[in-house]
Formats: sequence, structure tokens, C-alpha cells
Amino acid sequence: MTDQRQTHSDRGRIRITGFDSDRVTEREPLSDWTDGTSGETVGRWRRGLQRFKRNWSAMGALAIVVLMSLIAFFARPIEVYGFLIQPFALAPYDPTTIIYFTEDPSVGIYDPPSREYPMGIDGSGRDLFSRILVGGRYSISIGFIVVGLTASFGLIYGAISGYYGGNVDELMMRIVDTIFAFPGLILALIIVAILGGGYWQLVLAFSLFGWAGYGRLVRGEVLQIKENEYVLAAKALGARDRSVVFRHIAPNAMPPLIVLASLNIGSVVIGVAALGFLGLGMDPSTAEWGTMLDETRETLIQGPGGQIPWWATVYPGAAIFTFVMSMNLIGDGINDALDAQQTGVGRGGDD
Amino acid sequence: MAPLLEVRDLTVRFYTQEGVVTAVDNLSYRIESGEKFGVVGESGAGKSVTALSVLRLIDSPGQIESGEILFKGENLLEMSEAEIRSIRGNEIAMIFQDAQTALNPVYTVGGQIAEAIEHHLDHTSEEARARTIQLLDRVGIPEAEERFSDYPHEFSGGMQQRAIIAMALSCDPDLIVADEPTTALDVTIEAQILDELRELADDFDTAIQLITHDLGVIAEVCDRVMVMYAGRPVEKASVEELYYDPKHPYTVGLMSSIPRVGDGRERLQTIPGTMPDLVELPSGCSFHPRCPFAEQQCTRSEPALTDVETGREATMDTEHGAACIEYTEGLSQGLTYSIEVDGPTDGTVEQYVEGDRSE
Amino acid sequence: MSLQRFILKRVLSVIPILFGVSVITFGLFHLTPGDPVSQLVALNPDVSPADEARLRERWGLSGPVWEQYLTWITNVMVGDFGQELRTGRDVSAIVWRRLPETIALGVFGWVFALVIAIPTGIYAAVNKDRLGDTVSRFIALSGISIPNFWLGLMLILIFSMYLGLFPVLAPSRLPLYHPDMLWYLILPGVTIGTAAAASIMRVMRTSMTEELNKEYVTAARAKGLPERTVILKHVLRNSLISVVTLAATLTAGIVAGSVVVEVVFNWPGLGREFIAAIDSREINIVMAITLFTGFFVILANLVADILYAALDPRIRYD
Repeated sequence: MTDQRQTHSDRGRIRITGFDSDRVTEREPLSDWTDGTSGETVGRWRRGLQRFKRNWSAMGALAIVVLMSLIAFFARPIEVYGFLIQPFALAPYDPTTIIYFTEDPSVGIYDPPSREYPMGIDGSGRDLFSRILVGGRYSISIGFIVVGLTASFGLIYGAISGYYGGNVDELMMRIVDTIFAFPGLILALIIVAILGGGYWQLVLAFSLFGWAGYGRLVRGEVLQIKENEYVLAAKALGARDRSVVFRHIAPNAMPPLIVLASLNIGSVVIGVAALGFLGLGMDPSTAEWGTMLDETRETLIQGPGGQIPWWATVYPGAAIFTFVMSMNLIGDGINDALDAQQTGVGRGGDD
Repeated sequence: MAPLLEVRDLTVRFYTQEGVVTAVDNLSYRIESGEKFGVVGESGAGKSVTALSVLRLIDSPGQIESGEILFKGENLLEMSEAEIRSIRGNEIAMIFQDAQTALNPVYTVGGQIAEAIEHHLDHTSEEARARTIQLLDRVGIPEAEERFSDYPHEFSGGMQQRAIIAMALSCDPDLIVADEPTTALDVTIEAQILDELRELADDFDTAIQLITHDLGVIAEVCDRVMVMYAGRPVEKASVEELYYDPKHPYTVGLMSSIPRVGDGRERLQTIPGTMPDLVELPSGCSFHPRCPFAEQQCTRSEPALTDVETGREATMDTEHGAACIEYTEGLSQGLTYSIEVDGPTDGTVEQYVEGDRSE
Repeated sequence: MSLQRFILKRVLSVIPILFGVSVITFGLFHLTPGDPVSQLVALNPDVSPADEARLRERWGLSGPVWEQYLTWITNVMVGDFGQELRTGRDVSAIVWRRLPETIALGVFGWVFALVIAIPTGIYAAVNKDRLGDTVSRFIALSGISIPNFWLGLMLILIFSMYLGLFPVLAPSRLPLYHPDMLWYLILPGVTIGTAAAASIMRVMRTSMTEELNKEYVTAARAKGLPERTVILKHVLRNSLISVVTLAATLTAGIVAGSVVVEVVFNWPGLGREFIAAIDSREINIVMAITLFTGFFVILANLVADILYAALDPRIRYD
């Protein structure tokens, strides 16, 4: 065996001529076959959109979220500074109407569901169905507002921290670490305890510290991308810092951010409801889903007349669950579509 | 003497979202005991798939559709899970391209080598450890005893690859399938590793199926060679025959693209175009869009591997086979390339010229 | 570096964060308008300014903020968290009495989560895209979508009220170490552990799926190892690394969850105490529990880091 190998080098070096590539490039193609990838390269976002559309559970969830938002909006007329923005009323009764007084004296508190009142009557004699329809307003709107604010701020914070690195990064991340030492719900709870309950107080409570998760995420992504060679290449070609950040870093950091944001909306909604449940959120009579559950808490053990008003517990909670579950399905769908590989355990409200 | 490994008409397909990919199409080859067999081709040609098929490691979405893989006379494709597992690592072992990823980062290198030994050879853990240290030493890792308890990330690239080789040799296999064993290494390390691989194979009397895209590696190590293109074998010969008397235009193209010092040509010679995506293969001969000698008949039928002496379809015993119409019906213009060999001592030039062939 | 030095380094680096935590805690309560005294005064208009000043003195609320902080933090470091404003009881006594209850709940929740989630995650990854996987993923997603207080209420509704299987409240308060208490612990423990279980299962599945695609898995199979060994020895350890990094966030979640769940089940732990203190404006109790919360999460972080280094030898070398 070894002899044969010796023979190779003994026989001398090989030179080949006559394989003329010009003959290939200059002749007419012999068949229809074309070289190269068929189809245009679709942009990453468009591809993601296509993949999302094929995900029927995510699309279904999207439909549910849109539906719930529309219902919440059109539940009762909305007036702003005397202008009637929205005249429709999907909910049959105003959420504060006490049926006993105004509509039908035969209806008492905690009446079970019936045809006129499909979800029954709550502990103060109000129509639960109407309250559930309106209740979405608070949770859904606060969820979107908080996430919009925190994601934007977190994006900027993380981008600055990651891009400049060094001591700036150290300090900024230490602040984030310290915030992370507290569960988001506890911080929100404390703020609401100090400032009192109410819509904008709730928004502030969840926004004040809720950006930390996004900050850390974006900073991580920025650090990774910074190391990527195409960034070095862009700089080697003379691109300016700002353009490098915007054109290369930001678009790559977006997918995990978007996924985190969509998954966080659910957390914030749960958080707002939790505070409502603890009596620390909106006013006790407000038709907010969590606050409604606070009212029924005592009745769970012993309802009036010995019967447990399960509807007062089941429906508000189910509404929260439906919305959050749908948002999470959307978040997962975006995750798969954009291949962002997010586990979604971030911060914003609760878990 | 019965061959060690005989692959007959192997076809492997992958069912992907983009379509059905025939990664390997009707592949047949044979490896004798102790022989070093090379499989060469560009990436995407199906070389790694052949390697994984031998060990029956093809997982969904891939599937071995048809064919036989006879190892020591028994068909691997018909064995039970338990039977094939007793062959893997034991009688047939694999060397992977990227040693870093082939080693589990959370366990010691020595532990991972000893693991196979303990599993197959019924050794106690002390015996396995002793044997592993011997192996590490044999493959050229200094201070083998200390290095046994080191983790993969504590090894340099070359050392990792040596460890992978040790792992492959650990149970004294009859066949090693080496998938691009030196591609990830520096050129200088590559030469060392190849030398040692060859030596070890000789010492342990192990056959090697060496898969690579690098013709130089083949020349270093192998006895016989198969060239693959788009999932099919296009030439099969001894190494010497392949280098000094290549018969298939693709092989000729590969060899002529190796630049030589003092060449005189102004541009780098390449094979124009790229290898086709296996989902959409050209009609007839897959190479025709890039072949300077292609003619209209090349688009019509796919040439089977043909014995270049007899003109009939190649069998396992064929010395030199090439899949080109030239060797069956013949092309009207023939294959007009020429091989020159610069003689070793006196500079005389011997010429082999393929001229017109009218058959 | 060795594992011991690594642990020491991490413990030391945690100290500045602990200080930061104490500063935030203090700042939240003292930099906002309206300390407890002014609130008391607002309710009782006939308190004279002199009385007010004296009250402030007594409760340590006079003097510049940074001075108050120093007094507070130095007291805290010797274990003095101040007094309950209304009754004068030592806050530390209250906290220490409530602490074991919450810890019991948290531990149960964690154990429950791990026991359920890890095998399920492995199962889902190994059977990827088949029915079992899809069902598990759906259940896991529900687990993180369900509000924990609603889950608790529903569990009480179904299992205690309708099915009568579990008692809702401990009729007489047995000591925590009494074996019967385990029964009472189940419903709240499951409630608190569900969200964590769901998260762990999801991460486990994702992580394992990633690892299963890696080359060392093919290499292990090529060695002829049985599939069980490949999964449980080679893949699992690498996958657990992701789960461990989750540990800190999950602890934060469990701590937050305990606040709500303790209220639902009337469980006498720190969470219930926290809400009661907020309602009655007992600032010392609130601050003490907040500090503890931060401490727990940091502790969890530390344990997670150490576990991480134990699992992954590559980490110890930075």
C-alpha cells in the first residue's frame, strides 16, 4: 500500500489543460434548467408575516384579541369633553346600573344567569354581562399603554447601554439588576399603595419599573450584534456610528423585543387585575375584571341563601384568561414566525 | 475475500417544506478490509449523507428509501435497533468534522471516550480509563493522564480532533467513517492529523471511508476514490488512476482548478456555475449545465456509472468507472482535455491525449 | 478557577446590589409625599404641631432623608426592623413568625413545578410536533395565562366547595410542621406553582429541542449508546442550564404570587401580612417585607449562578 503512495510523487506533477470554462459560459444553454435560487429573496419581515398567517392558532388568537378590543370599545357610549366619540352600546345596561332600582324590582343580588341577564347579577345588583363587556376597557388599554411605554423606553435604554459599553453599561445594568431584585407586581403594588388607586396610577405603577426587562434584553442583543462581523465590516467601510446602530443593530434586536412585548401585555393585564383583586386598583365599584373578583371573594365560601354565586367568580376570571391566553398565543406565533427564539420569561407585571 | 462494506443502490430522500430532496441516488460502492476509500465532492453533493447512512443515523425528515448496506455480509438496514447499536462505535465508528461541537461540553473528554469503551467492551471503569489514557497518548495528546479529566473547551482545535479520533478508535472498529476530519483545522495541523490517521489505521488494521471536498487530502490518505456530484457517483477509481487519468469532466474540472505555481494563466480556473440545489436537478446528466464538453444528448438521459474499458454498466468489480455518455454512446466532439505530467527527474514530458473517439 | 472561588466571587458581588435594594426600598417609602405621620394628622386635625413633631421623633421620621436611611439601615443590619406603629410590637418578631409559612408555600410551589415540568418538557421535546407535544404546549401556555388569584378561587370552588375534597381554611391553626398541614398546603401550593411549572416546561422543551439538533447528540448516538442514555445523560444536563437561568425570575414570580395567593387562601404568611400592612399604613412592616422580598430574589439569583457553574464547566473560566 505504501508503495503506491510513493509512486504518486515519483510520477511527477500533473497539469491539465482543455477544461475550458469559456466554452460553458459562451454557449447557448442546452436545456431549460436555470442556475440559482428560484424565487426572489423575500424580506425577513415579509417572510415572518407569511409564516404567522399560516399559524392558525395564532391567527385565531389575533381574531379574539381584536374582537375583545372592539367589544370593549363599543360596549357603551364614550364621551370625551362633551363629544360623543362612540355612540354604540353592545352592553344592554350601564355597568353601574343597579337592576333592582331602575329596571326590575324582582331581580335581587346574586341572581343566577337567566335569559335577560346571561351572566347573572353581581353582589351589588348589577348586570354582570354588561360589566364584563365594559371591563375589558381598563385591562386591555392599560396593558397596551404600559407595554408601549416600557418597550420604547427599554429599547432606547438597552441600545445606549449596549452600544457604548464600558462603565456606562456597567452602571446602567447595575440599576437594572437592582430593579430585578423585586418582583414587578410588588413594585407596582407599592406604588399604587403610595399614590392611591386609579387608571393613570396603575399605568405609572407598571411602567415605572417595567422597562427593565426590555432594557436588559435589548442590551444583550446589541452586544451580540456588535460583535458580529458585518457590523465590523460596515465600520471598516466607514459607516458612521449612528447609521450602524440604526441599520444593523436595531432591526436585529427587534424580533425578541416584539415577542417579549406581546407576551408582557398578558402579564400587565394579569397584574392590573391582581391589584384590582387586592383592592388596590381602581375604585371598588369599577367594572374592572380583577376588581369584580374582589367583590365576590367572601361569597365564595358562603353565598347568600346557601348557594355559591359561581358566575360572579367564573366569568370575570374567564375574561381575563381568554384575553391573556390569546395574547400569549400571538406572542408565541410571532416568536415562531420571526424565529426570535424568545422564551418569553421577561418582566412587565407579574410572572 | 469478502468485502468489509458493500453499499448497493442506496437511495436516501429528504422530505422538506421546499420539496423532496434526493440526497443520494442509487449509490453503490465497496470497501475492502483495511482499505482507505475516499468520497470526494463539493458541499451538498451528498457525501455526509452517505456517512450517516452507513451508521443508520438518518433521521426525519430524511429516510433511507432503498438499497442495501452489507457490513461483513449482513444488511445493516434490516437489523434491529439493538443490533445496529452494538455495531455503532464498536465495529463502525465515526469521526466528525467539527470536534468542538461533537464533544459534549459538560463532560470530560476522557469520560466521553471511556463511555463508549465501557458500553461496548464490558470493561470496568478503571480498565476503561486506563485504555482511554493509552489511546489519548497514542493519538499524540501529551500528558494524557491529566488531560483525561479536562473538558473539551480546555483543548485546542487540533487536540480536540485527536480526541475525536481516539474516540473513534476506542473499541477497535473495523471501519471508520471520517466526515471531513480536517476541514476545520489549520493546514499545518491538518497535515499532522492526516499522517497520524493513516498510521493509526494501518496499525489498528482499520478501513477508512474518508469524506472530503479536498483533493489533496484524498491524495495523502486514500487508495481508492469515488467522486460524487448532486447525489450521484460520477467517477470511481484508484487514486492513481483518478489523478493521472481522470475520465469524467467534473473530475477534470476539479483538478484543473487547483492552481499551480508558474502556471502562466492569468485567471483562476474554476468550474463555472454552482452545484444545483438537489430539489431541482437539471434533466439528463446533472453536470451538463457546467460541462464544457456537454452536447444535446447529455440533456436527455442520465448516464449510469460506466466501466471505461468495456463501455458497459459498472459493477462492484470495475476498476475505473465514470458516468459520462462518452463511454457509452460517445459524444460527437469527445472530451478534449489533456493531462501532462512533468517527469520527476529529467523534465521529459509524457503526454496523454484524449482525442476524438468514434464509436 | 475552582468552584469555591467562583462562589465566593459571586457572593461578594451581590453585596452592592443588596445595598441598592435597601436604598430603593427606603426611597420608595420616604421620598414620596405623605409619610404616615402626615396621613395620621390629616385624619386627626386636632393634633398640635408640637405633638406632630414629637410623633415624628419617636417614629424616627424627623431629620434629613439620608440620615433616616442610615438609622434605618444600621438598625436593619442588627435585625431591628422597628415597631409596628399601632401596637408597638417588634416588626422582626412579626416577620420571623410569618416567614416559615411563606417559605413552606414557596418550597411546595417550586417542588411541584419541577416535578411536573421537567418530565413533561422532556416528553414534549422528544415527541416534538406530535400530539403529546401539542397538547403539553397548550396546557403550558394556559398555565402562564391564567391569573393565579383566579386559579386559586376556581380551585377552591371546584375542589373545596363542590367536590369537598380539600378544606379551605385551617379550622384551628396547627403548627406548620404538623403533618396534617401538608393537606392544607396542597391547594395554595398548586396555585402558586402552576405558573412556574408552565414556564419551566416551555423553557425545558425549547432548550431540549435545540440541544437535540446539536452534533454531540449525533456523536453520542454514533457511539452506539442507547437513546435513553443520550437523552437523560447527555442532553438533559445541557438543557437544564437554560432552566437554571430561569430560576431567579421564577422565584420573583413565586414571591409575587405568594402575596396574592395568601390573600385568596387566607394563608398566614408574609404576603398576607404585607397587604394588611399596606392597608393599615404600617410603614415599618411594609419596608421590612419589601426588603425581604428583594433579599429572596437575590438569593435565588445567587443559587442559580452557582448551579449554573456547577452544571456548565465553561462558565467557571471567565
